[in-house]
Amino acid sequence: MTEDKQDLVVIKNLKKYFPIKTGFLKKTYVQAVENVSFTIKKGETFGLVGESGCGKTTLGRSIIRLYEPTSGKVFYDGEPVYDDEEKKQPDMLYYRRKMQIIFQDPSASLDPRMTVADIIGEAIDIHKLAQNKQERFEKIIALLDKVGLNSEHANRYPHEFSGGQQQRIGIARALAVEPEFIVCDEPISALDVSIQSQIVNMLEDMQADIGLTYLFIAHDLSVVRHISNRIGVMYLGNLVEVGESNEIYKNPLHPYSKTLLSAVPVPDPKVSRARQRIILQGEIPSPISPPPGCRFHTRCPYAKPICKEAPPKFKELEPNHYAACHLFSN
Amino acid sequence: MDNTKLLDIDDLKVSFFTPAGEVKAVNGISYTLNKGQVIGIVGESGSGKSVEAYSIIGLLQSPGKVTGGKITFNGEDLLSYSEEQMEQFRGNKVSMIFQNPMTCLNPVYTVGNQLTEAYRCHRKEVKKEDAIKQAVKMLELVGINNPERRIKQYPHELSGGMRQRVMIAMALICSPQLLIADEPTTALDVTIQAQIIELIKQIQEKTGMAVIFITHNLGVVADICDKVIVMYAGKIVESASVEDIFYNPKHPYTLGLLRSMPKVNALDYERLIPIEGTPVDMLNLPSGCAFGPRCEKCMKICLRQAPPKVVISEDHEAYCWLLAKEAYEEEKNND
Repeated sequence: MTEDKQDLVVIKNLKKYFPIKTGFLKKTYVQAVENVSFTIKKGETFGLVGESGCGKTTLGRSIIRLYEPTSGKVFYDGEPVYDDEEKKQPDMLYYRRKMQIIFQDPSASLDPRMTVADIIGEAIDIHKLAQNKQERFEKIIALLDKVGLNSEHANRYPHEFSGGQQQRIGIARALAVEPEFIVCDEPISALDVSIQSQIVNMLEDMQADIGLTYLFIAHDLSVVRHISNRIGVMYLGNLVEVGESNEIYKNPLHPYSKTLLSAVPVPDPKVSRARQRIILQGEIPSPISPPPGCRFHTRCPYAKPICKEAPPKFKELEPNHYAACHLFSN
Repeated sequence: MDNTKLLDIDDLKVSFFTPAGEVKAVNGISYTLNKGQVIGIVGESGSGKSVEAYSIIGLLQSPGKVTGGKITFNGEDLLSYSEEQMEQFRGNKVSMIFQNPMTCLNPVYTVGNQLTEAYRCHRKEVKKEDAIKQAVKMLELVGINNPERRIKQYPHELSGGMRQRVMIAMALICSPQLLIADEPTTALDVTIQAQIIELIKQIQEKTGMAVIFITHNLGVVADICDKVIVMYAGKIVESASVEDIFYNPKHPYTLGLLRSMPKVNALDYERLIPIEGTPVDMLNLPSGCAFGPRCEKCMKICLRQAPPKVVISEDHEAYCWLLAKEAYEEEKNND
């Protein structure tokens, strides 16, 4: 169903290293994102899952250049947003209007000293989207209305709102510049259970209304499956599997995806107690010195000698279903 | 599981006296816990689930105060305990593990030091070497490799999952009869969460202690608990066996929680049905049912008068006017 859709964001061999120690001869890096390539199609929701520290947030931020990538390429609608071989810098202000982000912690991402109207209006001012004060105000009210708040909220400060309402303000701010692509960085994990579904439904409605494209980052796998068309699974900076969301859930190929899925708590006592869990031994290795070869081999129950030597290639194993694992290389 | 009562909570009320007014964090809850039973307490943030647990173990901090009710543990009234008695009781008979393992371990002491401290506090006669042996044994029990080396390490040298294991070892070192787990897996990743839940399950089966498992994750509850209590705004709205909560929920709030979660096994896309509105403001509780303003089946009486307890079956109770037909009719006739 997504095949006829056009590619909106293309990511090629993206890398992001953070320097942690700058010595005279030796430099140490956190290899947060290592050689990640995938595409996001117009109008779809691409879910990104993985444990904390696997680089999913870094990847999301590098794509919209909130972090400057170390190397690789990012194309938006065919035009380069980041290209390590190109000297000329693209006009980022233009892309900021196209690409926006919703953050995880709603209270930390809103300036406590600005009113809601100013938080939303700031984006309108920067991009000169309103001719006069009247139009600016009308736009703000329309945005608040869109996210389920009303005009009397405009002159209040962020602390006067509950977590769910604050997240709505964050979403209104992202929508203010009429973007096409939104990175949703764990937008619901800080919210109460009963509020989470309200926000999920709202994001879905907005997508249906204005045809937004989402990169949805979360660690709650059941929500990711619910909202996404396709899903990418990350482990220690690598993308290990990409596929249609139902396909990933029914038929995960990579051993890591299998364990991740079997660990998700199921809200059904019979199913939950009957199923066989794959419990991983050990902890996630440090991204400062990741294991050689396949990064998952230290915890993988099926590891072979080759896994320690060569990193596996990312291959299309079934139609539209990609994975990087030596188990499938013969 | 034997059916002798371990803990009995009767009409417990806890309030916080803040400058803005009295916040009734726990507003009259009652339940019993048998020996070896695992009970889950579910609710949103601010529903009073943690406060209730803190008052059992006597860790309630000012301005919080128990304003009424009774907590009986093994036939003894806990609220009448003096500070010294409480110190003997806490960590020995009942212990607790907390949400954030980093803030609960002291960063300037080694793991071994903290483990033996917990042990020697309650077993005064024990020699240091024996306490260390016991600490090593506990670390083995919670599945930490190489415990002899680990007890010499500091908390920052351990990962999040490992720290939570140390917390569990510390809580269990005096073999308590009751373990209170306050969101023990919320700060952890799903794979680590699965490890910790599996661990608590195993230890519970081995030692036969009772567990109060506080969480907002219904999936975790389905996995580990025998009985579930659903709380909203400081009150119990429904309590039942785990099967009844999931397959036969009676209260609209329980139903709403279950419906608002995506189904992992769904074959097709199903839209979520959220609970509308925002959580209650605990400073201005509505008169009547606290969930009333958010309830889709709300009636006039719900906003006026608190709902009565309705017994559905032997261990299934809910507080809702919808279920109390007779009482509701009577009220209507009185109008």
